[in-house]
Amino acid sequence: MSGNEPVDRQLPNISPEKATREPGQSGTASEPERSRWNVAMREILNGSAMISLLAVVLAIIIGGILIAVTDENVQATAGYFFSRPGDMIAAIWNSVSGAYVSLFQGSIYNFRRPGFANGIRPLMDTLTFATPLIVAGLGVALGFRAGLFNIGGRGQMLFGASAAGWVAFSFAGLPFPLHLIFAVVAGVIAGALWSGLAGLLKATTGANEVITTIMLNYVAYYFVYWMLSTQGLLQLPGSNNPKSPGMLPSAVLPPLFGQQYSLHWGFIIAILVTFFAWWLLNRSRLGFQFKAVGLNPDAARVAGINVPRMIVYVMLFSGAFVGLAGVFQVLGTVTTGFSAGIDAGIGFDAITVALLGRSKPWGVFAAAVLFGAFKAGGFAMQASQGISVDIVLVVQSVIVLLIAAPPLVRAVFRLPKPNLLSPLKSNKTQGKKAVVTK
Amino acid sequence: MKLELRGITKRFGALVANDHISVVVEPGEIHCLLGENGAGKSTLMNVLYGLYQADEGEILLDDKVQKFSGPGDAMAAGIGMVHQHFMLIPVFTVAENVMLGHEPTTFGDRLNVAKAREQVREISQRFGFDLDPDALVGDLPVGVQQRVEIIKALSRDAKVLVFDEPTAVLTPQETDELMLIMKQLKETGTSIVFITHKLREVREVADKITVIRLGKVVGEASPTASNEELASMMVGRAIELTIEKGKAKLGQPALVVDKLSVIDPIGQLVVNNISFDIKEGEIVAVAGVQGNGQTELVEAIMGLQSKVTGGITLNGRSLVGRSVREVLDAGVGFVPEDRNEDGLVSEFTIAENLMLDRSNGEPFVKHGTLQLATLAEFAEEKLTEFDIRAQGIGTHAGNLSGGNQQKVVLARELSRELKLLVAAQPTRGLDVGSVEFVHTRIVEARDSGVPVLVVSTELDEVVALADRIAVMYRGGIVGIVPGDTPRDVLGLMMAGEAPSGGKAA
Amino acid sequence: MSTSTLPSAAPITLERTIVKSWKGPIALSIFALLAIVLFGVFARPGVSHFRLSTTGDFFQLPQLDVPTTSTGWILAVILVILAAWSVLMVFQSRRVPLWLTIVFAIVFMAGFLTWVAADALIPIPGLLIGAVSLSVPLIFGAMSGVISERSGVINIAIEGQLLAGAFVSAVVASMTGSPWAGLVAAMVAGTLVSFALAAFAIKYIVDQIIVGVVLNVLVSGLTGFLFSQVLTNNPKFLNTPPRFDRIDIPVLGQIPIIGPVLFDQTVIVYFMYIVVAGVAYALFRTRWGLRTRAVGEHPQAADTVGIKVNLRRFWNVSLAGAIAGFGGAYFTLGSVGSFTKDMTAGAGFIALAAVIFGRWDPIRAMLAGLLFGFATNLQSVLGIIGSPVPSQFMLMLPYIVTIFAVAGLVGQSRAPAADGKPYIKS
Repeated sequence: MSGNEPVDRQLPNISPEKATREPGQSGTASEPERSRWNVAMREILNGSAMISLLAVVLAIIIGGILIAVTDENVQATAGYFFSRPGDMIAAIWNSVSGAYVSLFQGSIYNFRRPGFANGIRPLMDTLTFATPLIVAGLGVALGFRAGLFNIGGRGQMLFGASAAGWVAFSFAGLPFPLHLIFAVVAGVIAGALWSGLAGLLKATTGANEVITTIMLNYVAYYFVYWMLSTQGLLQLPGSNNPKSPGMLPSAVLPPLFGQQYSLHWGFIIAILVTFFAWWLLNRSRLGFQFKAVGLNPDAARVAGINVPRMIVYVMLFSGAFVGLAGVFQVLGTVTTGFSAGIDAGIGFDAITVALLGRSKPWGVFAAAVLFGAFKAGGFAMQASQGISVDIVLVVQSVIVLLIAAPPLVRAVFRLPKPNLLSPLKSNKTQGKKAVVTK
Repeated sequence: MKLELRGITKRFGALVANDHISVVVEPGEIHCLLGENGAGKSTLMNVLYGLYQADEGEILLDDKVQKFSGPGDAMAAGIGMVHQHFMLIPVFTVAENVMLGHEPTTFGDRLNVAKAREQVREISQRFGFDLDPDALVGDLPVGVQQRVEIIKALSRDAKVLVFDEPTAVLTPQETDELMLIMKQLKETGTSIVFITHKLREVREVADKITVIRLGKVVGEASPTASNEELASMMVGRAIELTIEKGKAKLGQPALVVDKLSVIDPIGQLVVNNISFDIKEGEIVAVAGVQGNGQTELVEAIMGLQSKVTGGITLNGRSLVGRSVREVLDAGVGFVPEDRNEDGLVSEFTIAENLMLDRSNGEPFVKHGTLQLATLAEFAEEKLTEFDIRAQGIGTHAGNLSGGNQQKVVLARELSRELKLLVAAQPTRGLDVGSVEFVHTRIVEARDSGVPVLVVSTELDEVVALADRIAVMYRGGIVGIVPGDTPRDVLGLMMAGEAPSGGKAA
Repeated sequence: MSTSTLPSAAPITLERTIVKSWKGPIALSIFALLAIVLFGVFARPGVSHFRLSTTGDFFQLPQLDVPTTSTGWILAVILVILAAWSVLMVFQSRRVPLWLTIVFAIVFMAGFLTWVAADALIPIPGLLIGAVSLSVPLIFGAMSGVISERSGVINIAIEGQLLAGAFVSAVVASMTGSPWAGLVAAMVAGTLVSFALAAFAIKYIVDQIIVGVVLNVLVSGLTGFLFSQVLTNNPKFLNTPPRFDRIDIPVLGQIPIIGPVLFDQTVIVYFMYIVVAGVAYALFRTRWGLRTRAVGEHPQAADTVGIKVNLRRFWNVSLAGAIAGFGGAYFTLGSVGSFTKDMTAGAGFIALAAVIFGRWDPIRAMLAGLLFGFATNLQSVLGIIGSPVPSQFMLMLPYIVTIFAVAGLVGQSRAPAADGKPYIKS
């Protein structure tokens, strides 16, 4: 149901006259001027895939520049650039190509390893990193589509991980699939409830969810930290460290392609969840109502949709997805026990993933895999080339800024208007026209 | 000061909002720009005020060509504007609003509030306004806010004052007062441009009239011209505002509103103890100046207001305290006042908008899943039936013209089994063709036995549709009169005077 | 259906009932109740010791020893009286004044300290000095937020501005050997982050929250990358900034308790006083402030009187960035002494919380910043004497308070009407 982006809707809007103005007797009078060819060209040029690709390429170039500039050999050769420019160019080439080759080898395929089974391991790592990103990204994306900005991924993941982890290390004796399912469900519910709290606050008091979710992140962090450092709650018995016991084998997500790869069944769950999210947003009644609330809450209310209830539902779903990312972290990625840093920044990465994926489920999936590759490759790059993994953050944020940049943004973004910081309908004439839709 | 607009052309993409418009306003003259909604009057004034840049043409003041890159330039040149939507900041005081943009300051950029207050008082006295410079604008009634706008313009020594649809929000009495103020201003030598589509006002104050239609000047007229002449110039053909309407075949009273009161979220009693009923097959129109409780009355019926006392019953079932969903399910069709705000999701397709208030179940939803095939079929059918001009059912509602948008809303509401139709401002901002279409559909609904509640601030629409007319003033009903009540009586009622006959029809 | 008991229709006027807000009194009553339970019912026996001066102070005050239980009861009763007073005020349709809330908070804090300090010693000057120290970047960040949001641009990027300021000031001060140069460089760095925010938010109309969030990630990545790649290779040259010395202001610095806390500080803290006072004055008393608020409330109205909305927003956001950058320099030039990765650790978000809790008002935002700094420092002091409350719960306090604030349970916080909404004209 995505539909095209037919007309640039950025009409000047100071006087309401134009909105209601009829150019001729028929509403389509101005349409023929936009020829099919024109529309097709616009679609290609404004096409989301094109822009994303360009953004990624540009960001990688910028990353390359940063790597070159901070490289010691490049700096050394720059001193005598005018006498022997070749040295510096060679040094730049060495540093940048070395970095990106190791990024590739760390994320997709390593030709230097013997055999396919070994060579493909980086791709498995990439998918492992992508798994929690996919579900967390879907959670944030779902919020976007409903006009809600869930920045609370960290808190929701922490609660999801804690609940799943507690179930997973506690109930010894439960048989394998049952224990696992129990743990996953517990984590999902915990994430949903923590996020639902922000939804409830917004629905009942109008508290802006951007602020409450940010604040709830910190509350969750300290709360989980406290649980992790308290005996009898989450702390490993007899330990002084704020860390939980390891997960029982009966609650761990089994490896997908055998023990030699890190990839676990969570990836399959993530694919299923992506399907579910697609169905939810594009084929379900709830999704229809979510989108209506996101795009025009006033019209949704007049159409008999219970807007506050939808806000709570959206946040519950969003938090459930994000909570699942926390579950994957403790039952898939790190099964030896977790600390308060178990979210690993995924809650924030999820925002960039959702933006890059334009809040469409399969777009989010692809974006998460890309960012998973950056992560896997980034660590490999750090190990082999000594280039700080922080460069990945730079590249990621530059990508998002670029795809957000106009004149592409209005056509590109699938974002409904985030009705921020003004739960009331105040000043809505400005608000409405000035908000980036889609 | 003499103002001349010469060949002003302004385009928005393919749309020509102003097409070589030329107007001359002599010093001390009240010059009316008359035209329908959407004729391009406001665009022209925004060009004059520097908010838009004209694509062609020039602006002359006292025969000197002006170049305005923003409102600041226009103001400096002596042009003042009283905007249709007041450009006032509610959380600022009167003095702060008046001084904004040309603040008197003392040492170190410090505001000289005392001086601003003095200025407000001085201008208020000149026109006999009673204004507290320290009152918050948000707390003032609409009519008083307009005076703040006027003072704002005058405090900048405006020599040419533009009034953009100033009477839309005023009662007839306040309108009369405004007319007096305009005449007063004219005597002090101020040139006035008065933009309106209301003929009566034009004939009362104008020295000269320029009629604009579809972005072009179609002619000039003198204030002595008849209403019919002016109207036909404005609309382009002899207008028939009365549509063919047979005699109402009245059934049982269906909607009964009994001693209804509504308190809005900021604690104002906006609907005050009103009672009326609508019978099957009858159109009752609620007339009144905007902001006299009509909106809240409709919202109360639809379940959109929370503090409601009194009774609303439809065929014996109470609607008070019900959710919007329950009201819709009770068979109430609703055409909201502002279709863009409340009636449509502009980023949704036509098809999606057609199921907007029916997303709760069959036929468009089964087992929580959308029935897209059913929806597509339904949408295609309605596209033809309601003559919605669009490329297809996948066109986004936001890309339709106002008339077609309203048809989508009507199509959605009228294709349900209705027990009551509530239409608020159903033709606001529509072209004449669409107005006729909408009116015809509403009368058809009535003739099929549905009780219809129409709310309109346009007297023409009220007179055209109503079998009975209820006039609202400050939250109460002044009186309920037959549909053929003369306009002057209705006008007085809109100002709060009970009809001389004094009894309900 | 039901009979209406509303006033008769005779004079048809819009009546306005005054909406009384009971949220304030309710909140105070809850805290008063909490005080009774905590200080009274769960009273701890013993004597609470408070040290009121440090050894270097001009006036030496004796140590204050109070009996824990009875003091707790007395303070609890005072709190109940204050809460009752606020109820009375609302009952009479008056507003609960700010000072009442502040007095309430101070008394509550005193009671709490008395309670936790049973048979232990709390060094009051140390507690307060630490609190001010932790508050400094919060308050600078909050001022940045106030200016930016009053102009209508949501500033989620405070964190990034602080971090950029901290990084650049460390590097520049180390290289030049002058903390002043570092300070100026920090302002430039903060401004640059703001330029990005302003460019994307105002010119390109990208959602302001998205830009803010992404900019925080970008700054974190950039500074982290440069720190690992460059700074760690040559820490002596690049990451050993000279620090500002404390300046003891004569006379003022000798006031007991307050003196060492407020007037024996580094120059950055003195700048902070000036900035807060300046912002408060400028926002409400000057032409700049009037226009800034106009642009944040109703940009179209501002435009029609000739104010260049987007230009003004652009420069105000830039100014906000400079102020936040200045605050970031405090991390490296005032307190820590060198840059470390992500050293701002969420201070920008607490600053944002202070903006909201302070209702977009500079003075209130400063008070909120002080409160949050105090809460943070209190937990570390309590950690030393062994607190009955887990330290994590103290650390949560700013965030929980903010959630209550945005939910309207503590005061009513109303953002500028056009906050977060770009202004587009033809």
